[in-house]
Amino acid sequence: MSTITLRHNRIELALHELRPATGDGHPLLLLHGLGERTPATVPVDLETWSGAIWGLDFTGHGESTLPVGGGYSAEVLLGDVDAAINNLGSVTLIGRGLGGYIALLAAGARADAVHGAIITDGPGLTGGTYESSVPQIVRLMNQGETPDPYALHELSRDVRAADYALDFVQFSTAHSELPEPINVSATYRPAWLEAVAAAPGVASLLIIDALDLYR
Amino acid sequence: MESPRLFPGAVTPHRHYRVDADGVGIAVNEWGNENDPVLALVHGGADFSRTFDVFAPLLAAAGWRVVAWDHRGHGDSDHAHLYSFEADLRDAVRVLDTVAPQRPIAVVGHSKGGAIMTSLAEAQPFRFRSFVNLDGIPYRRPGPDLPEYQRADAMNTEITAWLEHRRRTATGSRKPGTIEELARRRAQMNPRLSKEWLEYLVTVGAREDADGWRWKLDPSMRMGGFGPWRPEFGLFRLAGLGVPFLGVLVGADEPMGWGTKPHQVEKWIPRHGRLEFFEDIGHFIHIEQPEMVAGMALDFLGDPS
Repeated sequence: MSTITLRHNRIELALHELRPATGDGHPLLLLHGLGERTPATVPVDLETWSGAIWGLDFTGHGESTLPVGGGYSAEVLLGDVDAAINNLGSVTLIGRGLGGYIALLAAGARADAVHGAIITDGPGLTGGTYESSVPQIVRLMNQGETPDPYALHELSRDVRAADYALDFVQFSTAHSELPEPINVSATYRPAWLEAVAAAPGVASLLIIDALDLYR
Repeated sequence: MESPRLFPGAVTPHRHYRVDADGVGIAVNEWGNENDPVLALVHGGADFSRTFDVFAPLLAAAGWRVVAWDHRGHGDSDHAHLYSFEADLRDAVRVLDTVAPQRPIAVVGHSKGGAIMTSLAEAQPFRFRSFVNLDGIPYRRPGPDLPEYQRADAMNTEITAWLEHRRRTATGSRKPGTIEELARRRAQMNPRLSKEWLEYLVTVGAREDADGWRWKLDPSMRMGGFGPWRPEFGLFRLAGLGVPFLGVLVGADEPMGWGTKPHQVEKWIPRHGRLEFFEDIGHFIHIEQPEMVAGMALDFLGDPS
């Protein structure tokens, strides 16, 4: 596995090539779940992909920079993905949990560069709600290793609102060349994802079929 | 090196030190007698604690130890890896733990500083003896009111602009200029404040490099932004506050501030709280009318001892 380092503001991001292309097609970019990191090998259900397969370690995760003093948001992780897109060009995204939510944001924000986003089950899929967002002031011990406890605390509670998620679906469907640029493969669907799955332009295929759709 | 300019009534802080907030260095300024009861004075977005150089001494003169700090990325505090409302809240608590551990204090917050302290008053009411919120009650999203189809387009444009900005910030620095140029740039956000005041602010809020002055504010920060946050959730929070509360709103339109009007938020003011409205004053009310605002705040806060 080869790794390149990208810069996102003061963060250095690790972008791993899990496997070079075996045939035609654009790259597949894996976005891990909350507290996870890019896997060491290609997950079995992605082996049919013929383009190159890459994985990005989010800020505070894997081999990316461990920030000082927290301050995470889903929008900052969207910036992480944008740095990867800036390097790889047009990609298909597949995200686990939190990474699935970020894939949706990226599909909306960079509709011209994201050739399909697949949302799958994984840690951090739910997020917080307005009602649960009572301010919490905690002091966490950072042991100098990823995953950053502040990432786990803050990104498991960041607000995921259906109307906000639907804005990104709308941006994606309005500007993508694909008829269904977003696919929900997740079995568990919190309120925001239920709303996304029901929106026009969103498919609900199994991972293997979604990969075929975006190949 | 140009010597600091003078401004009538402006007082250099009596004490300056740093607090470590989980690795982020927070710059703290104090005015007044160190043994007086603590009054925390909290600045808003894109501001810094030295913007209180005229207002803070008026409070200190009444017997308060006025403590103000620069939020991360602002003024003399460290530029951090990441920024968020919750991180600002944590940094604030680190400062308060240093100056007044487990002791209720008086709090005056302006703009976003008022919103941050509203959250703190909900989460940790035991830290407050009373709270003055200066034009820091959000009611609607910042920016123009737009019909739905335009709102979505505007948001899409804003997201793209934000991402493009993020792509540049790895290597970016603020644009240098003379004191007058920096003051003119800031006047776009502060059109009601005098040229003399804005030029004074440059000398305490910018640094002088070989090629000119630069605002100290982290160049990765920019106005605007987007996210799932909705102002009305701050209001639900306000209604439940259990600390003595004085809210202050203003009528003059300005680029900064939420433009909240009394009829929009009256019903959310906490029980036994008070709301004051000043039709002809702008968002930076404590800079436009320092004596009047200090007098009102001191009246409400009562005898320091």
